[in-house]
Amino acid sequence: MSKRSGDERIADFKEVNEGISEQNAVLEALRCMDCVRPQCTKGCPVNIDIPAFIRAIAEEDFKGAAAIIKKDNMLPAICGRVCPQENQCEGLCVLGNKEKPVRIGALERFVADRERKAGTTLPEIMPPTGKRVAVVGSGPAGITAAAELARYGHSVTVFESLHEAGGVLTYGIPEFRLPKEIVKAEIQQILDMGVELKLNHIAGRTVSVEELLEFDAVFLGTGAGLPSFMGIEGENFNGVYSANEFLTRVNLMHANAFPEYDTPVMKGSRVAVVGGGNVAMDSARVSRRMGAEVYLIYRRREEDLPARDEEVRNAVEEGVEFLCCANPVKILGGPVVTGIECVRMEMCKPDESGRPCPVPLKGDDAVFTLDVDVVIEAIGQSPNPLLVSLIEGLERGRRGNVVVDGSGLTSVDRIYAGGDIATGAATVIEAMGTARKAAQSINEMLMKE
Amino acid sequence: MGYTIEKATEIADNIFEFWINAPHVTKNAQAGQFVVIRINDLGERIPLTISETDGSLVRIVFMAVGKTTTYLSTLKAGDEIRDIAGPLGHPSEMGSFGNCVVIGGGVGIACLPILARALKAAGNNVTGIIGARNESLLLLKDELATHCDELVVCTDDGSFGFHGFPADILKKKLGDGEKIDCVWIIGPGIMMKITSMATIPYKVRTYVSLNPIMVDGTGMCGSCRVTVGGETKFACVDGPEFDAHLVDWDELMARQRTYTDQERESLKLFRDHQCSCGGDHHE
Repeated sequence: MSKRSGDERIADFKEVNEGISEQNAVLEALRCMDCVRPQCTKGCPVNIDIPAFIRAIAEEDFKGAAAIIKKDNMLPAICGRVCPQENQCEGLCVLGNKEKPVRIGALERFVADRERKAGTTLPEIMPPTGKRVAVVGSGPAGITAAAELARYGHSVTVFESLHEAGGVLTYGIPEFRLPKEIVKAEIQQILDMGVELKLNHIAGRTVSVEELLEFDAVFLGTGAGLPSFMGIEGENFNGVYSANEFLTRVNLMHANAFPEYDTPVMKGSRVAVVGGGNVAMDSARVSRRMGAEVYLIYRRREEDLPARDEEVRNAVEEGVEFLCCANPVKILGGPVVTGIECVRMEMCKPDESGRPCPVPLKGDDAVFTLDVDVVIEAIGQSPNPLLVSLIEGLERGRRGNVVVDGSGLTSVDRIYAGGDIATGAATVIEAMGTARKAAQSINEMLMKE
Repeated sequence: MGYTIEKATEIADNIFEFWINAPHVTKNAQAGQFVVIRINDLGERIPLTISETDGSLVRIVFMAVGKTTTYLSTLKAGDEIRDIAGPLGHPSEMGSFGNCVVIGGGVGIACLPILARALKAAGNNVTGIIGARNESLLLLKDELATHCDELVVCTDDGSFGFHGFPADILKKKLGDGEKIDCVWIIGPGIMMKITSMATIPYKVRTYVSLNPIMVDGTGMCGSCRVTVGGETKFACVDGPEFDAHLVDWDELMARQRTYTDQERESLKLFRDHQCSCGGDHHE
C-alpha cells in the first residue's frame, strides 16, 4: 500500500496510507490460492468469508465482494484500516510461509472504499419481531451488536453519552489512521438499517437502569474508557494528560485547530509519551503533527513494544524518538510540567505473562531527566464503571470488567456484554467479535420466547 | 437538530439564567448533578451545574467570562444549542441531617435553590448564606429565601446585607454554639477553600461541589482529576461533591488555570469578531 512520506505526513492530519488501486487489488486477489481448508478465516474474530470475497474481487465483482464482507462485518472500511491483520487473517495465510501473505486488509479496505464511493447497499433485514433491545455505547462493540440485532428484525436503540457516535473510533483513533468521514459513513449505514441513535444520553444517569431493563434485552458495550495513571509524583501538574484526554481533545474536539475550534490543548514543544501500545503511538504521532519533539518512553525493550509493527514504523518515520528500557519515576515542575525523571531498566526472566520483566538499574547513572513541557500517559485503561457499578447483581471480575459466559450473557438476566467492558482493553475487531456473538445469543433468547 | 433555549435572562451583572428544553436531562435530574453543553460544531464541551428543573426545562446559570460563556450569553430565547448531556455526577447526599447550612458564592449561589429544596423536603432545617462582591452580582435571593428557614445575604463591599464574607457568618454561628450538622459550600475555589476551613475545628460534615476542567464528563478522559484525601479522584464520576476537608485546593486551583492563555486568546478573537460583524451569531 502506498504511503505518504514521513515529512509530508507530519505537516497535516490526512490519512497516511493511500490504499491500493483497482488494478492492484485484482492482481493481489489473483494471488489467493483459494485453499481447500482456508486458514485466514480462522484468524478473523468475526469470521468473514475471506476466500469468497477475494474470489469476487478477482472476478472484478466489487459490489459482490462488499456484500460478502457485510454479511459478517458492517464496518469493513474501519477494519481494513485498524485491524492487526498481520496477527489475524494475514498471519495465517499459507502464502506467508513462502512469500508474502495475501494483503487481505488492503483488499477489505479497497472493497469498502469503492462501495462507499459508488453507493452502498444495505444488507437484508428480517421482518420486524416486535422485540426491543437497548445497546449501550456506540463504539465498535455497540455498533456491531446494533447492526446484527437490526438485521434479525429487532428494534434497536443505541445510547451514546458523547455528542458523536463511534466511541474510541471517534475520540481515540486519529484522523490520519482512520478518517472520521469513514467512521460516520459506516455508522450511517447502521442507522439506515433502522437503528435509533440517542446522543447525549448517559446510560445509568440520563437513562436509569430501570429504564434500560424495560427493554427486552440490553447489550453493554461501554468500553474501557477509564484511564490508568502511573501514580508517580507530579502527575497532576498542568501538562500531564491521559492519552484519552489528549486524543479526545484533538480527535473529537479538534483542539489541533484551536482557536478556530474552541477546545484548547497544551501544545508542547517537547513531549514525553509513556507507553508502548497503539494508543502511545497515536499520541506520539499526533504530538509530532502539532509540532513537538517527541520522546516515547517504554519500560521494556523495543522488540517487546505491544503496538503493531506498522504503527511503530510509522512513528519512527515521523521522527518519534524511542527511549526503551526506561521508566518514568517523577514528573518535574509545578504547577506546570518542566521535565520528567526516568530510570533505566534492564530485562530479567519472563514473568507469568511470558514477557520479560523489567527491573530498574541501580546507581546514579541509571537516572536521567528529560526537559519536556507535556507528558502523555498511555499506559492502559480499565472498564468504565459508570453504568456497570449501578446494576445490581452484575458480577464483575478483578479488573472491573463485566463477567460474561460463552454466549455473552452477564450474571443478570437479559443483560449481555461485549467488547472491552467484558474483555478488558483489546482491539476493535476483537470487540466486534464478542459483540456479534452476544447479539446472536440475544436473538436466540428473544426468538425462543 | 438541537436543544431550544426557552428563556434567557440576565439576572445579575453579566450573569445569565437560561432555561433549556431537555426532557432527557430533567427526567432523572437531582440536586448536585451537572450537565455538559456544547453550543455548536466548533464549540467546546463545558460542565454547568443543574440549577433547577421545571418539567422538561433545565435551568443553567453562568457568568460570561471566557469565549464559550460570552458567546452563550449572546443567545436569545428561541435559539438552539447543539448539545446538552446529563444529568452527570452523583446527586447530593440526601437525608435527614438536622440543621443544614447551604452556602453560595458568586455564580455558585445558583446551585443552592434545588439543593435547599431537596434538603427541606428531606425534613431538614435549612439556613442559606450567600455572598457576592457587590449587590449587582447577587442572584436568586428571593427564590432561595422561599426554600430556606433563614437566609443571610453578604456582600464584600457592604452594598447589600452583611458587610463581609459567608465564612464570617458561618464562623460566628459556629462560635455562638449554634448546632450545625451539615454544610454545603458552592462557589469559586478560593471561597470554598476558605469557607470550609471554618468547620474544621467543629468537625462538621462539609461538602463542596468542585468545578475542575472537564471534557467528556463520564470518567473517560481524566481531565477533572482532583486529589481528595491523598487519592486521585475524577470529579465527573466520583463527585462533583466531595468532603471539603480532604480536598487539595491549591492543586485544584492550579489545574483550573491550565488554559488561561488560550482562553484569553479565544475570547479576544470572539470579541474582535463580534465588533466587526455587529455582534451577530458566530457560527
